Amino acid sequence: MSYLPDEWLFKNRLLQRQRRGKLYRLFFFASLVLAVVALVTLLLNVLNETVGLIAVRYEIAPETISDQPIDQLDNVRLAAILQEYAPRKLKVFVRDHLSVVDPSLFTSLPLSQALEGRNIPAGAETSTISDISDEVVLELLTRNLSTDQLRELVLTEVVGLEVLESWPATESLFNRAAIEERVAAEYPDAELQTHSWINSTFLSSPMSSVPAQAGIRTALLGSLWMLAITMAVAFPLGLGAAIYLQEYSSDNFFNRLIDTNIRNLAGVPSIIYGMLGLAIFVRALEPITSGSTFGVMDSNGRTILSAGLTMALLILPILIINAQEALRAVPRSLREASYGLGATQWQTIWNTVLPAAIPGILTGTILAMSRAVGETAPLIVIGASTFIVFDPNGPFSKFTALPIQIYQWTARPQDQFRDIAAAAIVILLVLLLTLNAAAIILRNRYSGKLA
Amino acid sequence: MTTQAPVFDKARLMTEARSINRARQDVNPLGKQPRIGEGLIKVFLLFCGVVSIFTTIGIAVVLIEQSLAFFTSGEVTLTEFFTSIKWQPQLGEFGILPLLNATIMTSLIAMLVAVPMGMGAAIYLSEYAHPKKRAVLKPILEILAGVPTVVYGYFALTFMTPLLRLILHADNVDIYNNASAGIVMGIMIIPTISSMSEDALSAVPRSLREASYGLGATRLETTLRVVLPAALSGVIAAIIVGISRAVGETMIVAIAAGAGPNFTFNPFQAAETMTGHIARISGGDLSYGSIDYNSIFAIGLTLFAMTMILNIISRAITTRYREVYQ
Repeated sequence: MSYLPDEWLFKNRLLQRQRRGKLYRLFFFASLVLAVVALVTLLLNVLNETVGLIAVRYEIAPETISDQPIDQLDNVRLAAILQEYAPRKLKVFVRDHLSVVDPSLFTSLPLSQALEGRNIPAGAETSTISDISDEVVLELLTRNLSTDQLRELVLTEVVGLEVLESWPATESLFNRAAIEERVAAEYPDAELQTHSWINSTFLSSPMSSVPAQAGIRTALLGSLWMLAITMAVAFPLGLGAAIYLQEYSSDNFFNRLIDTNIRNLAGVPSIIYGMLGLAIFVRALEPITSGSTFGVMDSNGRTILSAGLTMALLILPILIINAQEALRAVPRSLREASYGLGATQWQTIWNTVLPAAIPGILTGTILAMSRAVGETAPLIVIGASTFIVFDPNGPFSKFTALPIQIYQWTARPQDQFRDIAAAAIVILLVLLLTLNAAAIILRNRYSGKLA
Repeated sequence: MTTQAPVFDKARLMTEARSINRARQDVNPLGKQPRIGEGLIKVFLLFCGVVSIFTTIGIAVVLIEQSLAFFTSGEVTLTEFFTSIKWQPQLGEFGILPLLNATIMTSLIAMLVAVPMGMGAAIYLSEYAHPKKRAVLKPILEILAGVPTVVYGYFALTFMTPLLRLILHADNVDIYNNASAGIVMGIMIIPTISSMSEDALSAVPRSLREASYGLGATRLETTLRVVLPAALSGVIAAIIVGISRAVGETMIVAIAAGAGPNFTFNPFQAAETMTGHIARISGGDLSYGSIDYNSIFAIGLTLFAMTMILNIISRAITTRYREVYQ
């Protein structure tokens, strides 16, 4: 009796098996393609919101204000328009855009303090804002604000630009007729414009409650400040720990504990780090992180310093693991050669191992940096401010960061905030892409040099 | 007599050198010098390593201390915390179940998306794809892993939710819902699972595959019956790490899953997860020491314990059950 199936049955079975193989292969490929499609959809969905048609309405037609188009006017002309059409609000503009102190103190302090660091006309330093004449106020505005900012003021305060509704790019392109119809019916006095939410005003303006005027200047600066503090703390600590674990430590219980511990820390959710930061840096170390031990009095512990330190703890495990890998890749022969020449252990590490490992270490560091830039949850927990119009001016200032701003804007129900959230996402992604591109270039340029 | 290969055993050489030096100290000026600088550097490096232990201790102490303050405040007992199905701090109701339930639900949905897709992608990359194709596709998956979670949150709210509402009709799907957050979380976790599983699959030696082909198995049969079982420990570890990421993920659920504890098993309803609740409560101005402030630490401790256990299991699986081939 034969156990082999007859030929027809065998061929039939084989065909079935092969068909099954093809089917599964299709499924495996499809899951990969779906992941890629998800990424592309995500990017397109963001880009789609950043540009599109908007319906705007003016209170005064721009032509009546000036015979030239507004975007060709210089500082002096723009300031003159402000004086003509909004004389009572000039000092408010100074407060909103130039003041470096708390709004409640602004009127009582002399200008040299209230506008510290700004370009103040001679003779006006000692007087308060209520004492100076309109001419001096105008002088202040023209000297300290950029043309873009002044134009924005003219557009919002005088012309009264108001964005009534906005549409994403796809709808604007393919459904323009319906949009035009809707604008004609709903807002007869409005004008339809193509608008890019990413523009120079968006990059250079601080936060605002009006979406069309809001910008990410303070958020971007906050993110950069935080990143600087994070790296200043985390880089030496992380590199030091990696060197210790890779070069010095023998295989005993204590060193294994450190190693296991670091790997476990890498898996702790970021929000837990936020709670650690809240309890330790914001609360327990408040005198230091708020700057009150250093004479900075106007702040609590929810500062850039706290955020930077929290973020440093968060990226430390990633940094250490990456740096360890880079050190491990340095061939043993290099170390032996150095020892053979009579170098001590530290001399070997400093002069031989580190130079060979530095490209790998930097690549890992940059990847850790991009993690820090995009991380949001810990910042929410330690209490990043959400509405800040002043630039952060040091480690002890309150701050907001790019991802916090995106979160805030996304969480609001109005469509236009979603648009600027998308614009902020594009900026964030560009920032991350730059960082990652730098890492890849480093890796490609130096990889395999020692092998 | 056996001859030993010359092994560079630094520790042994150092001890020997030390004893010789001790004997010759006064004769040989080139003997080992005390090097204070080197010692200091080593102490500093040791300190850097120990910072990570302090971090862990710090996390544990902070979470436990505040949670103790929460449980000893008299407002809530441990049993109530783990069994009550209401979380309403204003009414003094602190039952973690609604938050836990939403966390489990979003994580489950995420894993339903991420496990098949992540595994499928890993198998394709490791077993089917041409090296050139892999060189293009792998970095794309890495980009997916590098997108900040807040961006995924935006994607969930502005794309996935409208899509679900379009497919399933807007009446059945809340604007904030667990399903949308879970699906997008799954997309976020695909690269985690696929890259870890792919490493495990690639580590299976070629000889196993060849043997299977030699017996007449098709590529699919080889993959599913030989390679996958051989790499199973790594694959399971990857899935557990994925679950741990899903449980701890904050921004997607904070944006898209809903604000307000809600004990429901309907994924299309709004329900706040543990992380979402911590983010929302701490986003406001909390007064230190209040019951609200302490309550988020009790949630945090639960979360920390959950992710820690998952990570430890995953590491134990990889180290204990790792198949070592040659």
